[in-house]
Amino acid sequence: MTILVTTSGPELDSPVDPRFGRAAYFLVVDPVSSDYKAHPNPALDAAGGAGTQAAQFASSQGVEAVVSGAFGPNAFQALEAAGIVMSLLGPAATARQAVEAYRDGRLERATLPSRSGRRG
Amino acid sequence: MAGWSGPPCPPVRAGVVDSLRGSSLRIAVASGKGGTGKTTIAASLALSLAAAGSPPLFLDCDVEAPNAHLILHPNLGRREDVAILIPRVDEAACTHCGRCAEVCQYHAIAVLGKRVMVFPPLCHGCGSCREQCPEHVISETPSVIGVLEAGPARAGIAFARGVLNIGEPMAGPVIRRLKQWAKPEAGQPVILDAPPGTSCPVVESIRRTDFLLLVTEPTPFGLHDLKLAVEVSRELGLPIGIVINRDGVGNAGVEEYCREEDLPILLHIPYERAVAEATARGRSLLDVHPELETRFQAVFEMIVDAVGARA
Repeated sequence: MTILVTTSGPELDSPVDPRFGRAAYFLVVDPVSSDYKAHPNPALDAAGGAGTQAAQFASSQGVEAVVSGAFGPNAFQALEAAGIVMSLLGPAATARQAVEAYRDGRLERATLPSRSGRRG
Repeated sequence: MAGWSGPPCPPVRAGVVDSLRGSSLRIAVASGKGGTGKTTIAASLALSLAAAGSPPLFLDCDVEAPNAHLILHPNLGRREDVAILIPRVDEAACTHCGRCAEVCQYHAIAVLGKRVMVFPPLCHGCGSCREQCPEHVISETPSVIGVLEAGPARAGIAFARGVLNIGEPMAGPVIRRLKQWAKPEAGQPVILDAPPGTSCPVVESIRRTDFLLLVTEPTPFGLHDLKLAVEVSRELGLPIGIVINRDGVGNAGVEEYCREEDLPILLHIPYERAVAEATARGRSLLDVHPELETRFQAVFEMIVDAVGARA
């Protein structure tokens, strides 16, 4: 199983990006082996719908969880429907720290969407 | 009158409005910057045409915050809902191939494993998902996003406006529908009061018009946003005329820019307490300065000439 961490760079030691739909990269990581693959976010400059597109991407990657700073209402709804766990970054500063914290069960889950997303 | 600046206005030619019989000249009033006086200018132009015996059709296209009714006092008797068509997926028959999500450029539909989700606030109602669904399991249901209202206003002006429902993000479809719904009489001029900004709602308001009147103020803020509005109108290939409102505040930047870019300044409205007081009470500029009526009629003539010269 893999998880998806939103980051501002393509490496495991890249800083995390707290925005789910607007993160620069999606790092799909195996939390056990720490093998990973970086995917540039195709919706980075999208006019709207970045959250749903990111959720769609997470679903297509078959990840069990996504780790990010916040989930807007559309992304939240979509991820919930896809049965993907939403975990919050907390104090993790790099993708590696976030993955370790996830593996140790130290990450808090998002239970509500963060705020009204940007629309239009 | 002392205090009025700008180029001298030619006298109003008799019959200039009559010369338009048969074709409806569509004049959009926009600005880029908010609060420059678009509605004040658009309403004054409409009232001046009405006084010349040619009451226009006035369209308040600022559907997110329409307020021209406060000056023109229409009796809004006609109403019609505006709806966009939202997809509905027959999940039992859906194969979850993902084609709908792939073609939706607004990401308003997502295929998540064995679930399909539609996000109505993101949907533009374009119908691509329904068209492209290989299984033909997508139908569409109307979703009301706003309303159109119309009725007679002051001085015989025909008035219509769109109102976007609170919480709805898309002004474009309401503006598009408003422009189709409210039809001018043969030869009746149309004045379209556009929203501020330079994005989709503005483009939707000013497209397929004959002339764009840009209202600005002589400040760095007015100039900055005027430049953006000019760029948009050039993209659309629209002839432009400038109205400088609150003339006397700020600096000469707008005048210099207009000179450099060869943009005709059709009218200056001075910065005056009496004007501000009148508009604050919902009165028109012409109520305080009736002598401006002939100036606005002259502006209309200049527009007729400019459009005629291009035709």
